[in-house]
Amino acid sequence: MAMDAAEIERLIQDAIPDARVTIEDLRGDGDHYAALVVSGAFVGKSRVQQHQMVYGALQGRMGTALHALALTTGVPDAASEI
Amino acid sequence: MNENPVYARIRQEIQENPVVLFMKGSPMFPQCGFSAAVVQALGTLGVKFKGIDVLSDPGLRDGIKQFTNWPTIPQLYVGGEFVGGCDIVREMYASGELQQLLEQKGVAFAR
Repeated sequence: MAMDAAEIERLIQDAIPDARVTIEDLRGDGDHYAALVVSGAFVGKSRVQQHQMVYGALQGRMGTALHALALTTGVPDAASEI
Repeated sequence: MNENPVYARIRQEIQENPVVLFMKGSPMFPQCGFSAAVVQALGTLGVKFKGIDVLSDPGLRDGIKQFTNWPTIPQLYVGGEFVGGCDIVREMYASGELQQLLEQKGVAFAR
């Protein structure tokens, strides 16, 4: 089971339209990714809530089709200063 | 709707134990790199915690994911509250936030 990086990015952006998504295929095997997701929608949310939004966007694929996605979330610089 | 009976057990574990790690394998023998990373962070801080192996209990393995609304294992609870999985715990450990949280919750650790 593996997933394409473009597919991961598309799912996240469908659910969180302003998200800037950077994905790295850690082993080049289509199964171990690291993703950085930056979105204004994360402002005021806890880290757990931010990750839950991303996992929600992946519609149950996390932990099944997608074995490993090291996730880092953040808010855009301008938003974090507000 | 009847609640998943495993939830009662999860609630009891996280209420009775200040630090609980739902993990794959045991603290001595983690069966997954992500679980091992969290065990290592807690070990470095000298935190006493209860490790619960979800591999030995399929009902718990699914149940904890639904209970927390979190799709992966490990899952760390401190003072009855979900802290995060491997990525968040590592990030919090590196930034010192994990140490702050332990202090807030009155959990002893090595400084």
